[in-house]
Amino acid sequence: MKEIVWRLGRIFLTNGIKIITLLLAVSLISFILVSASPTDPVRQYILGLGTAISPEQQAEIEAYWGVNEPPVERYLSWLGELMRGNMGESALYRRPVSDIIGERFMNSFALMLCAWVLAGLNGLILGCIMGMYQDKWPDKLIKKTCYLLSSVPMFWLGMLFLLVFSVTLRWFPIGFSGPIGVLSEDVTVRQKLYYLILPAFTLSVMSFSNIALHTRQKLIDVLNSEYVLFARARGEGRWTILRRHGLRNILLPALTLQFASFAELFSGAVLAETVFSYPGLGSAAAAAGLNADVPLLLGVTLFSTLFVCVGNMIADLLYGIVDPRMREAVK
Amino acid sequence: MEQKRDTLLELHDLSVSFRMYDSALKQTELQMISDLHLTVYPGEVVAVAGASGSGKSLMASAVLGLLPPNATVRGHMHYCGRELTPEMQKELRGGEIALVPQSVSYLDPLMRVGKQVDGHKKDSSPGKRRGLFQRFGLPERTEKLYPFQLSGGMARRVLVSTALMSDARLIIADEPTPGMSLEQAMEGLQMFRELANEGKAVLLITHDIDLAFEFADRVAVFYVGTTVEIAPASDFRAGPDALRHPYSKALWKALPQNGFVPIKGTQPYAGDIPKGCLFAPRCPWADEQCRACVPFVRDLRGGEVRCFHAT
Repeated sequence: MKEIVWRLGRIFLTNGIKIITLLLAVSLISFILVSASPTDPVRQYILGLGTAISPEQQAEIEAYWGVNEPPVERYLSWLGELMRGNMGESALYRRPVSDIIGERFMNSFALMLCAWVLAGLNGLILGCIMGMYQDKWPDKLIKKTCYLLSSVPMFWLGMLFLLVFSVTLRWFPIGFSGPIGVLSEDVTVRQKLYYLILPAFTLSVMSFSNIALHTRQKLIDVLNSEYVLFARARGEGRWTILRRHGLRNILLPALTLQFASFAELFSGAVLAETVFSYPGLGSAAAAAGLNADVPLLLGVTLFSTLFVCVGNMIADLLYGIVDPRMREAVK
Repeated sequence: MEQKRDTLLELHDLSVSFRMYDSALKQTELQMISDLHLTVYPGEVVAVAGASGSGKSLMASAVLGLLPPNATVRGHMHYCGRELTPEMQKELRGGEIALVPQSVSYLDPLMRVGKQVDGHKKDSSPGKRRGLFQRFGLPERTEKLYPFQLSGGMARRVLVSTALMSDARLIIADEPTPGMSLEQAMEGLQMFRELANEGKAVLLITHDIDLAFEFADRVAVFYVGTTVEIAPASDFRAGPDALRHPYSKALWKALPQNGFVPIKGTQPYAGDIPKGCLFAPRCPWADEQCRACVPFVRDLRGGEVRCFHAT
């Protein structure tokens, strides 16, 4: 037990150091990119105010924001504020960036979680079907569908789904996370789920083909292994083999893949949320980018880095816990 | 018919070929086993010797019905006098016919050993497995281990116990000894000898023929997918003069303790087998007859041989 605690602690420590250094690097690079970009945050801020402003007032704002100071000083003062937990104020929403991220993330989290579970389950099931019927028609059909879906652009697919399911069939709403004209506090959980289905489905379609194709290949490897040959020699049937050996041996790589897919999930969410006007972190990132809302953009960038890192760390940790070859080797 | 009732396994004119596609995507038949014959009686150990590619393991797969889908089997296989059909093979697998594989890689790496030895059948009892582990001197904690935690010797005993969980009558051991020290190999073969003494039939596929004929009752020598000689193991212990086929004699002389004399030439590739006797191109006795037609199997001095000139 002590052994495991010590090992976990060490993993957390090394991964923590990795994440912090990575966050620093990402913050530096994105800061440089934003500084080099032609967007002018001051002008955007003034546009957002909605009133005309005198050159003196503009100079005052510039001085207050430190626009004319050297970039290194600007970076360091931003980083210093960041350390204290102050991510700045969004020029677009006029609210602290951390509040926006927190609130938007809850929406995105629900969306991504649904899509993630859906993609994982579908991918696993379809991958198993393909593996079990290798080179027969179910395999060929699903495989081609997977290739097709993974080469179709996400936003196009989202629009197609909207057109078919929302506009023509009218099964699902056309966007947002709740009915129009209802305060967000008054939206029921049922309504929220109803508004979630189509974007989550679209998002899951994007990543399940990847998981399905990986699962297929892994299952084929397992079925060609010596231990499955021996299982057959001992009289195990096809489905017994899938249950006893197949699932056991494909679950581990599938889990790793699943947690390592956080990056694709997030980038997919940006597109899905934009297409479905879903008020999540992804659409906030898109809005921040389009409106030169620098504090929000940097905040979302850092937050998504953290999100992806945590996913990868969980994958790492799970491997050590689930795989007996790694777990028992310590003993 | 009289004999068929007594034999446990009987193979007659067994041929196995594979459909392959060559570089021009033309379909070709690759004959891996041709006109192979073998009989196994209850209570005996039959060693199958031969070079790699002589069809030893393939024969085991054919008997178990585990050949890949692109394989075609011709000829006759009888089990207890009855024609061995795919349905019967399915019934016998894991029941009356058991395979003892070569190494620990034939165990599921992620399943505990106890559960694997128990197998998938619902009626298998952990009590029986514990009894077997005790018999083979495996500690009780073995059942909780994963395959990667087994030592070589433990793995071998675990693999043998899988065969005994089902009260098998025919045990096919596919190269159970490579990579083992002499003592380990002896111990392993001794286990099979004991099983045969209990009345089971053991088909021992092996490269270690010098060890095999210490423990076997009869030895079958395979060459390019056919049986060239079946002889009592005592003939192998006696030396080359007691043997019948020139390949068996050459094989005996090629053993390190018997002079280490290599056989001239190489075993032909399965896609390029000679027309007459398969061994003719390398045989010192070969003449026109050997090159023209395949010799029949004949009984000779208490064994069987596929050669025109053997005396």
